[in-house]
Amino acid sequence: MKRLVILSLLLWMCAVFYVGIYLFVGGFLLVRLEVNRTSTCEDVLLPAGEQGDFCPAKPRFRRAVLLIIDALRFDFARFDHANTAPRPYENKLPVFEETVSSQPSHSRLYPFRADPPTTTMQRIKGFTTGSLPTFIDVGNNFASSAILEDNLIHQLGQLGKRVVFMGDDTWESLFPKKFYRSLPFPSFNVKDLHTVDNGILQHLYSTVVGDDWDVLVAHFLGVDHCGHRFGPDHPAMADKLTQMDGVIRSVMERLQNDTLLVVMGDHGMTDTGDHGGESQKETDAALFLYSPSPLFSGPPSKSEPQVVPQTDLVPTLALQLGVPIPYSSVGQVLLPLFPPHGQMKGALEGLSQVEALWINVKQVNRFLETYSSMAKDIPPESLSKLQEQFSHVSTEYLTAVKNGLSPSPELVVSLQSYLTSVRETCRATWARFNPLKMAAGLAILLFACVLCFILSELSCLLVRESSLLKAPVVAALSIGFCVAAGQLFARGYVEVAWCLAATAIVSELLVLWRVHRVKASTALGNGAKAPKRAGWLSLHRLVTPALLVLLLRGASLLSDSYVIAEGRVVTFLIFSLGLYVPIHLNWDGLLLPANHDPLKPVGLLPAPALSPSAIRKESCTLLACLGLLVGSLYLSLSFHNCREEQGSCQPSPFLFPLSRLQNSQLKNLHYILSLASIGLWTYLLRRWLRHYGNLNSSGGAVFTARWILPLLSICLGLNWAVGATPEDSFRSMAELLSVAQVALPRTIFSLLGLGMLLLWLDPITVFLKTRASAPARSSNLPPPRYRASTGISTQAELHHLIPQIYQRMRRNLEEDDEPGEGAEADGRPAVEAYGLGTVYSAPQLLFCGLLGMGLLLLHAEGMALSFLLLLLEMGALLHIHASSTTLSSLHGTHYGGFNVPWTPVVLWSLAATQFFHATGHLPTFPSIQWGAAFVGFPGGHTGTILPASLVTLNTFSSHILFAVGCPLLLFWPLVCEVRGNRRVGGEDGEDAVMEMRLRENPQQFSSALLQLSTRYLFIHGTQVFASVCAAAILRRHLMVWKVFAPKLMFEASGFLVTSVFLLIGITLVMRVDVAVGGWFKRLIPEASR
Amino acid sequence: MWDQELRTMASSHAILASSVIMSTVVPAVLVRGFSVYETHLLWLYCLAGAVAAVNISAFWLLGIASPTADPNPLSRLLRSCLYLFLSCLFYHTVVVLYGAPLIESAAETFSLAVLLTSLTTLRCLCVLGPDVQAWIRVFTRHGAKTVWDSSLRITVASTVVGAWMGAFFIPLNWDRPWQAWPVSCSLGSAIGFVSGLVAAPAWIYYHRKQLTYKCK
Repeated sequence: MKRLVILSLLLWMCAVFYVGIYLFVGGFLLVRLEVNRTSTCEDVLLPAGEQGDFCPAKPRFRRAVLLIIDALRFDFARFDHANTAPRPYENKLPVFEETVSSQPSHSRLYPFRADPPTTTMQRIKGFTTGSLPTFIDVGNNFASSAILEDNLIHQLGQLGKRVVFMGDDTWESLFPKKFYRSLPFPSFNVKDLHTVDNGILQHLYSTVVGDDWDVLVAHFLGVDHCGHRFGPDHPAMADKLTQMDGVIRSVMERLQNDTLLVVMGDHGMTDTGDHGGESQKETDAALFLYSPSPLFSGPPSKSEPQVVPQTDLVPTLALQLGVPIPYSSVGQVLLPLFPPHGQMKGALEGLSQVEALWINVKQVNRFLETYSSMAKDIPPESLSKLQEQFSHVSTEYLTAVKNGLSPSPELVVSLQSYLTSVRETCRATWARFNPLKMAAGLAILLFACVLCFILSELSCLLVRESSLLKAPVVAALSIGFCVAAGQLFARGYVEVAWCLAATAIVSELLVLWRVHRVKASTALGNGAKAPKRAGWLSLHRLVTPALLVLLLRGASLLSDSYVIAEGRVVTFLIFSLGLYVPIHLNWDGLLLPANHDPLKPVGLLPAPALSPSAIRKESCTLLACLGLLVGSLYLSLSFHNCREEQGSCQPSPFLFPLSRLQNSQLKNLHYILSLASIGLWTYLLRRWLRHYGNLNSSGGAVFTARWILPLLSICLGLNWAVGATPEDSFRSMAELLSVAQVALPRTIFSLLGLGMLLLWLDPITVFLKTRASAPARSSNLPPPRYRASTGISTQAELHHLIPQIYQRMRRNLEEDDEPGEGAEADGRPAVEAYGLGTVYSAPQLLFCGLLGMGLLLLHAEGMALSFLLLLLEMGALLHIHASSTTLSSLHGTHYGGFNVPWTPVVLWSLAATQFFHATGHLPTFPSIQWGAAFVGFPGGHTGTILPASLVTLNTFSSHILFAVGCPLLLFWPLVCEVRGNRRVGGEDGEDAVMEMRLRENPQQFSSALLQLSTRYLFIHGTQVFASVCAAAILRRHLMVWKVFAPKLMFEASGFLVTSVFLLIGITLVMRVDVAVGGWFKRLIPEASR
Repeated sequence: MWDQELRTMASSHAILASSVIMSTVVPAVLVRGFSVYETHLLWLYCLAGAVAAVNISAFWLLGIASPTADPNPLSRLLRSCLYLFLSCLFYHTVVVLYGAPLIESAAETFSLAVLLTSLTTLRCLCVLGPDVQAWIRVFTRHGAKTVWDSSLRITVASTVVGAWMGAFFIPLNWDRPWQAWPVSCSLGSAIGFVSGLVAAPAWIYYHRKQLTYKCK
C-alpha cells in the first residue's frame, strides 16, 4: 500500500484549500481587535496633560437630540429649486435648505460619509464608538452582540446624563441597560414601513417638551424599509420623506436654546434600495446640525469640510456635550462647530478650535499606542511615520503654548492632517475589502477543486507515481521564498499571504502539468486505448445525478433563502438522491431478477452470478435500508434549531438541557429516551462487532469495545442524571453533585483518550484459533484457499471467520522460493482467524462509536436521539451502497477495483451537513452552543485553546463523524459481499474473503482509498467554493453580514475540521494495514515452524 | 404502420394537452372568482378530472389497453380503483417525507397526490392495465415495447420531475401567490406533463431508427 503517496497527496490538497480559504477570508473579512479601555474625565493625556483633559469646565450644550433616519442618502436631503420634475426621492426634505439659508449660523448640512460595511448594526457601532467596526470585532464576549468598547452612550451614562432612546430595537441589543428610558420597536420585518416610525412619533414630541432627558436618540426605520421594499424611486418613498420633513420641523420648533439637534442618516442606499457595500450611494448619507442658539461663527466659509466622515461625529458630540471622547475613537472634531482661537465670545463658549484639536490628537495617539501594542495588523512603517508626525505636532503646539503665542493656522492644519492620516491608516487596515486577495483566493480554490476532481478521476494512475509531488512542491516552495525575499527587498517587510498564494498557485499549476504528463505517457503506453482515455473529462461523465445534486447544493448556497432553509434543502436533496439509487438500478434491470425477459435471447445475457432469490433478498435489503434512510431523514427534521429569520418556527424541544425542563414527568421521559438511545448505540456497535467475530481476541481494540464502550455509556448516563438534578432538591448531596459534575465528564474524556490510544496501539481485532490438524476436507480441495468453515466452528456465535488463511499467505511468501508449486498444506496445522474479514472496518467503526460518545457529551441530552439517528442513517447509507454495488456487479460490467462511485460519497457528505442541522446547529454566530466549553470545566478556563476546541468539536460533530467514517464506504461492499457469494460458492471455489481482497490488491486498495478521500474532499471543497463565490458576488447584498459571511465562516471551518478528521480516518486505515501486515509476518513463521 | 401509430399518439397527446388548457380556461369563464392561485384546489381537481376523463376515453376508444384479456372486467375495474387509491396514498407519503407539512395542510397535500395520480398512475393503468410488474418493467432501459410504453415513460418522468422542481420555489422569499403550498408543485407537474406530452412524439420520431417496437 502506498501510504506515503496517498497521505502526501491529501495533505498537499488540503494545504492548497487552506491557502485559498485563508487568502479569501483575509481579503473579505475585516478583523479588528477591540480595546476594552474607557476614557474618563480624570484621564491625563500625555504629553503635558493638564488636570483632567477631557471635561472642560462648562460644556457648550446641555442637551442634544439625535434624529437618525436610516438610509437617508445625501441626495434625499438636498433641495434643488431648479428641479421642476423631482423624482419621488428628490426635493422632499425642504426643511434643511430653508433653515440653512434663513439661519446660516445656526445650521449646516453636510454629506456624511459612512465606512463599509454599510449595515445598520455596524453603523450604529461606528457612530457611537467613533471607530471603524468590521465584520468581526474580536472582543472578549463573542456570544452577545452588546458593544463592550468605549462608546458615547456609555460615556454619557458615566457622567449621569439621562439618555432616552426610541426606535430601532437594534440599539437595545447593542446597549442593554444603558438607557435611562427606552422604547424599542421591532425592526426585523423589512416590509413594515410604519411600526417603528409611528411608535416613535407617539412619544417623541412629548419627550422633547418634557425635561427628564439630556440626550434623546430617535432612530427612524421607515425610509430604509421603504428602500428595501420598493426602492427609492417609488411614491411610497416620497410619502415617507415628506413625513420625515414634518417630523424634523416639529422637533426644531420645540427645541430650547441649550440643545443641539443632529439629523443624520446612518448610510445611503443603492438605486435598488440595498446597502452594505462601499459604493458612494451607499456610503454618503446626510448630516444636518442645528441649534436655536448660534452654532457656527459665521456663514459657510471656504474652509468648510466637503464631506464629514462618520467617525467625526463622536469626538464632536463628546466635546460639545462635555464628556470624554471614547477611548477607541479615531474621529476628528468637526472644526466649524468650535470657535477659532481668539474669537472666543465670553466664557460661555467651550473649547477653541486648537484646544479641541489638541485633545483629540492626544486621545487618538493614546489609542494608537494601545492598539499597536495589542495587535500587529497595522503595518509598522506607517505606525512609525504616524509617531514621527505626532511628536512633530506636539513639540510645535507646546512651544506655541509656552511662548504664549496664539497658534498659527498652519498648526491647525498639521494637527488635522495627523488625525486624517491616522484615520486613513486605520481605514486601510480595517474597513476595506481587498479585492486582489479575494480574487487570488477564489482562483486558488477553483484550481484546487478542479485538481481534486482530476485526482479522484485519475487516482489509479497517480497512485503509481511516487514522485508526483516532490518536484512541484519543491519548486513552488522556492518560488514562495523568492516572493518573500523580493518583498523583503522591495518593501522591507513580508506579507505572508502573498507568499502562500504564490506557492499554492505555482504548485497547483505544476502538479496539473505533471498529471497531464502522466496521463499522456500512460495513454502512449496503452496505444490503442489512448482515444478512450482522452475523453475522461467528457460531458457524459460529468452529468450524473450525483454531481447534479452537488451542483444544486452549490447553487443553493448563492441564495439567502436557501441558506436560511439549508437544513430542509439538504434533507430534500439527500432524499432525492436516495430515491434515485433504486430507480437507477431498476432502469438497468438490476433491481429484479431478470429471469423472464422474453425479448432478449438468453445466450446474450451473462451468466448470473447470483441466484434470483439472492437478488431478491439484496433488493429487499436495499429497499428496507432506503426506508430506514427516509425514516431517519424525516425524524431528523424534528431536531432542528431556528434562525431568527424563520418567523414561525419553534426550536426542537430536545435542544434544551434537561435541567431547564420544569415538568418532571417530561424530564424523566426525555432522560429515558436519551438513555435508551445511548444504550442502543452501544448495543448496535457491539452487536455488529460480535456478528463479524471481532470481539474474541484479547487485544487493545477488543478491550476497548468490550469494556470501555459500555463504561462510557454508563458514565454518560450518570453525567446526564447529575446535570439534570435540580439544585434545590438534594441539598445534602450538593457537594457530591458538584464533584460529580466535574469528575464524570473528565472520566469520560480520559476513558475516550485511553480507548483511542488502545485502538491506535493495537487495532487488530482478529482471534486466532490454532487447530492441531487440518480438517480432512482441505486436502481434498487443492489448492486450499480461503474458506468459510462456519459449520466446523466450535464457537457457534461466530458466523464469519476466515480460517486457514495462512495457507494462502504462506503460498504467497513461498512463491519467491519455489514458484508454481506450494499448495501442500495438508500436514501443517491449520489456523482459523475469526474476524479477519472485517479487520479494517472494525477499528474504524469502533473509532466512530467512541468519538460519537465523546461528542454527544458536549451536546444537550436530547441530542442522543439525533446521534442514534445519525448512526442508523450511516448504516442505511452503507447498506444501500453495498447492496447497489452487489447488484450492479452482476451486470457483467464488474468494476475493476474497489472504487466508490459518486452517489454514495455525495450522499455521505450531504448527510454530514444534514446532521449539522439535526444536532441543533445553525450557520450563525448566536447559535453556537457555548455551553460545550464548560462541560467538565464548570469553573471556566484559563486558556482559550481548550474551550475553543471543545466548542469546535461540538459544532462540527456530524462533520467529524462522517469524515472519520468515510473509509467505511470503501469497506462495506466487501463486508457485505459474503451474504451474496456464500450461497453460490463461486466458480473458482472462492468463499468469504471480504476485506482480505484489499490485501490481495494493495495497488487497487491504495487507488480506491485515494479516490474516495479526494472525492470527499472535492465535495466539501466545492461547497466551500460556492459559499466563497456567494460572499464575493453578493458582498453588497442586504444579507451579506447576516447570512452569507457567517455561512462562509461555518463552511470554511467545517471544511477544515472535515479534512483533518478525514486524514485521521485515512491514517487509521493505514495503521490497521501496517498492523495486519505485521500480524501476517508473525503468523507465518509461527505456523511453518 | 409506424407513422400511423405515431400520428395517433400525437393527436391523442394534443387532445390531452388541450384538455389541460381547457380545464384552466373554461372554469375561468364559468366560475366567478376563479383563479389558479386563489381557488387552487378547484383548478387542481378540474385539471385532474379533465385529464382523467380524456385519458380514459382516449385509450378506450383507441383500444390500447394491454392485451392480457382478463376474464372478469369487474375485478379489473376494482383492482384499478384500488391501485389508484394506493397510488394517492403513496404520493401523499412521499410528498410528506419530502418535507410537506404533516397535519397542517393535509388536504392540499392529498390533492397534489390526487393530481399526480391522475397524471401518472392513471396513464399507467390505461396503457398497461392493473399490473405492477409491468409498470416496473416499463421503467427499465429495454422495457418499452410499444410506442405507447415510450410515451408513458416520458410523460411520467417529466411530470414527476416537474413536481420535484416546483418545490424549488417554495423557500424563496419572493412573496408570490404561486409560492404557496402546493401551487408551485402542482403547476410544475402540470407543466411537466404537458411538456412530456409534447416531447414524447418528438423524441420517438427522432429516435425511430433505433427503436424496434412491435406494432399493434
